[in-house]
This record gives sequence, C-alpha cells and structure tokens, in this order.
Amino acid sequence: MVNLKIDFLGKEFKNPVLSASGTFGFGEEYEDIFDINRLGGICSKGLTLNPKEGNEGTRIWETPMGMMNSIGLQNPGVESFISREINIMKKYNTNIIANLGGNTEEEYMKGIELLNTSEVDIIELNISCPNVKEGGMAFGIKSKTAYDIVKKCKSVSEKPMMVKLSPNAENIGEMAIACEEAGGDALSLINTFSGMAVDIDRRKPVFDNKYAGVSGPAIKPIALRMVHEASQSVDIPICGVGGIGSGRDALEFIMAGASLIQVGTANFMKPDICIDIINEIEVFLIKENIKDINEIIGII
Amino acid sequence: MELSYSSIIQNKNIIEDIYEIQLEFENKEVNPGQFFMVKSLEGSYLLPRPISIYDYDGKILKLLYKVVGKGTKIFSKLKTEEKVQVLGPLGNGFPLEDIQGRIAIVGGGIGIAPLNYLVKNLKGLYIDTYLGFKEEIYSLDSFEKFSENLLIATESGSYGEKGFVTDFVNWENYDTIITCGPEIMMNKIIKTGNEKSIKVYASLERRMACGIGACLGCSVKTKEGIKRACKEGPVFSGEELVIEEQPW
Repeated sequence: MVNLKIDFLGKEFKNPVLSASGTFGFGEEYEDIFDINRLGGICSKGLTLNPKEGNEGTRIWETPMGMMNSIGLQNPGVESFISREINIMKKYNTNIIANLGGNTEEEYMKGIELLNTSEVDIIELNISCPNVKEGGMAFGIKSKTAYDIVKKCKSVSEKPMMVKLSPNAENIGEMAIACEEAGGDALSLINTFSGMAVDIDRRKPVFDNKYAGVSGPAIKPIALRMVHEASQSVDIPICGVGGIGSGRDALEFIMAGASLIQVGTANFMKPDICIDIINEIEVFLIKENIKDINEIIGII
Repeated sequence: MELSYSSIIQNKNIIEDIYEIQLEFENKEVNPGQFFMVKSLEGSYLLPRPISIYDYDGKILKLLYKVVGKGTKIFSKLKTEEKVQVLGPLGNGFPLEDIQGRIAIVGGGIGIAPLNYLVKNLKGLYIDTYLGFKEEIYSLDSFEKFSENLLIATESGSYGEKGFVTDFVNWENYDTIITCGPEIMMNKIIKTGNEKSIKVYASLERRMACGIGACLGCSVKTKEGIKRACKEGPVFSGEELVIEEQPW
C-alpha cells in the first residue's frame, strides 16, 4: 500500500484530489455518479456575502480544448450556505473548503465572520474571479492590493485561509509572496484567464460582460508554470489547479510544488474523472515504488 | 440518472445535416422531454452535448441530432459498435399528468425530436401537430400516426404551407400547446399562449457544461428567479418564463 494522505493546514486529506470551485456545486449533483467520500475535498461554489443571480446572456462557450465561462458568481449567499448547503457537504466524509468572493473589503470580512461560525475546514479566499464587475479579480492583479485584502481578511478569520490567485496577476511570484506576507496560510492557483470570444454573425462579443474566464486543458502548461513559480517563491503550501484531467496531469502539478490539486473543467468532460485521477496517482506510485506521495511534492 | 458507455447500434444520416443515432440502453426509465449528455470517446473537444430523446422502447435509445459544430460533426462520423459516453436521463421532462384537453404540438426543425417521443406517450388525447422546417422535412411518422391533424409549413414553400409554422396555428382550438424549436418560434407561442390563456409547455435549449445542475451555465430567467435548464428544465411552463426580446 502506498500513502496518499496529505496534511494540509493541519487537516488530513485522504488524497490530494479536490473538486474545484464552480464545477461541482455543493457536491450533491455528482452523488448519483460516484462516491463523493473518495475525494480529498470539495471546494464550494464561489460564495458571496449576499445572494447573487449571476450574469445575463451566454454563460458557457467552448474553445479548442478549453472553455470559457461567465457565470458571475451566482450563489445563494453565505447565510444560506451556512444554514443549508453546508449540510449537504457535511454528509460526505471529506474536507469542506468554502470559496468566498466579494466586491468590497467589508463584504469579504463579513463573509468570513459568518464562516467562522460554520463547520468549514478551510476558507478559499477568491480574489481572482474575472466575471464580476467590481472587486473579484480586481483584488488579485496588483500585489499591494492583494496584500491589503488578505491581511484584512486574515485579521478576522478563525479558519485556515487559502488564497486563490489569478493568472491575470501582474507577477505571479510577487503575488504569491505578498499573500504569504499578509498571512495567507496557503495558496491555490490558478483561477481562470480573462479571455474573449466574438460572435461574428451578430458582430458582438459572445458574453454580455465582453470578457470571460478561460479554463480547461488548453491552459494547463501555463497553470503548471505559475504553480512552479509560486512554489519557488513561498514556503506556504500550494494547491494546484488549471486544466488537470488525468493522474499524470495531477502528478505534474504535485512534482512542480503542489501539495493538493483541484479538478475543474475536466468534471464536465467526464463527471467521474476525479476517481480516475485518484486511481491513476495510486497506480503510478505503486509502479514507481514510491511509498508516500509526500516524497514527490515539489521535487522539481 | 447514470453515467454509462453505450454501444452504437446505428448512426445514420436522415437528410442533409440531420442524423439519427441508436444506442444500446436497456431497461431504464426515460421520460419524454428528458435529455442525455453525450460525448464521443475520441476527438479533441471538451464538452458533452445535450441531446433530447427522440425515441425509446426499453432497449434502444434513439437520438436525433443536427450537425452544427465540431462536437456534432464528430458524432456524425461515429460507426456501429463504437461506444459513446452517455449521462442521463437528465432534466424534468414534460409533465405528462398535467397535459390535458385539446392539445397542439408545435415543433420547429430539430426541435421536433423530443416531441416525437412525447406524442407517442400522449395516446388517447386529442392532438393536432404543427411542424415547421426551413426546406426539407423529416421524421414525420409518429406525428402522422398519433395526431388528428398534421400541418407542415416550410419557409421555402417546398412542402406544405409556405411561411412560419406559428402563422398557421388555430390558437382558439387548444387548451394546451407543447413546443420545442427555435427560440423565436417558442417565444411567439409563449406570448400568444399567455395572452389567450392557453397552457404552454416549452422545452428550451441552452449551452451546457455539466448537464446536472452544478455549473450554472444554462440559466433560464423565470418569474421565480434564475433556474437551470438542465435541472428545473428543460421543460418550463409559458407562465413562469420571462421572455425578452434578446433571449438568453
């Protein structure tokens, strides 16, 4: 037997595979498809203090080996999450990561104060959503702005905090350092790239917001490079995300410095892909005679 | 609902860019108006495609699809005995127990697919069917068999009446109208139905990523807020939908 367990921010993860925010709801939609208890963790749909209806117009667009989304953080709000949706997630024997976004500092801080009273294991601070008009990604472009918001959030948080970085940051290494210095306990990266599609027949952007978030296998090499850069820059642990669709992909991220990984867009390609990924990682370790996955984290 | 890998029994071209794929799918409960997320195992594209149920007999699942982009182009080249990834059945389907009185079925183009399986399951009710096509007509058998009257309209006038199918509906004759087709056609039916107090059920089409309610990509604006075409839909009543000039 090989060990897939990882200690991350004082929590035990049975394996390094998590479902990424926004691709997995609160878990229950996938319940009929596979045993959710097998996941290392679930990152909730991006939450905001107040409920959000999300964006109008087209929300989904496929690109070559990728996709774009402009959901716009449609979510029930933190209060509803604490009274309702978290109970769905609690049914599963896995770690609960609450992804929290916001438009203002105050919204983030109030959201965290509410989450402090809940049973979430980790807060994933989303300073990288490209699909909201104010806030969101705006906090994740400049290192100084990110430093300020992370510091404020950290000052009220009683939960371990993982900061989700944007690939649209001016400099990913500096951004990672700023979030570490502000007290971030861990980093997750990357969120989606800001991209665009044009409907040439209508002579209009496909998305009402013009720009939307690009994800999927197409972005994997860039995500991997950014995870590596971040891991070389900081000492806090990293959760890698961006285009992971196989065990080999996941292992690339782990060797490049990620202690955990998240699977996002690939859940849409094959809804039980997380199980394939967990199994493939295990098979690789056995074949390579690696007794503990922790041995290969960040070996590159 | 389950994830399975079904063998292709047949994948045939019906006419022009319209294809019918037949899949092994035994002993499942499949309701009219539900759909499947279908993906070929090979081919460098990402998302499964939502395809509604054209027919099911407890053994063979038939799906009618139109080649519109890369995904459906790959489907059209799939051969007998190849396997496809199939997730479903998904969505709510038509509310069979609520469909009463004199019924009109109004379909447009590839939107006739879910109506075919529906009409076979509405036996014993009075049904008139109105189908609109651009130029070529196809897959009429069940409608001919199970409707009192079948009216065909083509935009080109190549078959039946010339014009949009909605121009030929005798609205006053019906208690319920069930529709699937281009959004502009369905919007016209919903508006007219609401004005004339006719119950309308519309099966909507949206771009989808997950098909199971997780990604929130297939939003539909309703009077009760945003709903998901894949989960609360794809069938909605005309009264609950918010119809806008620029549908989304």
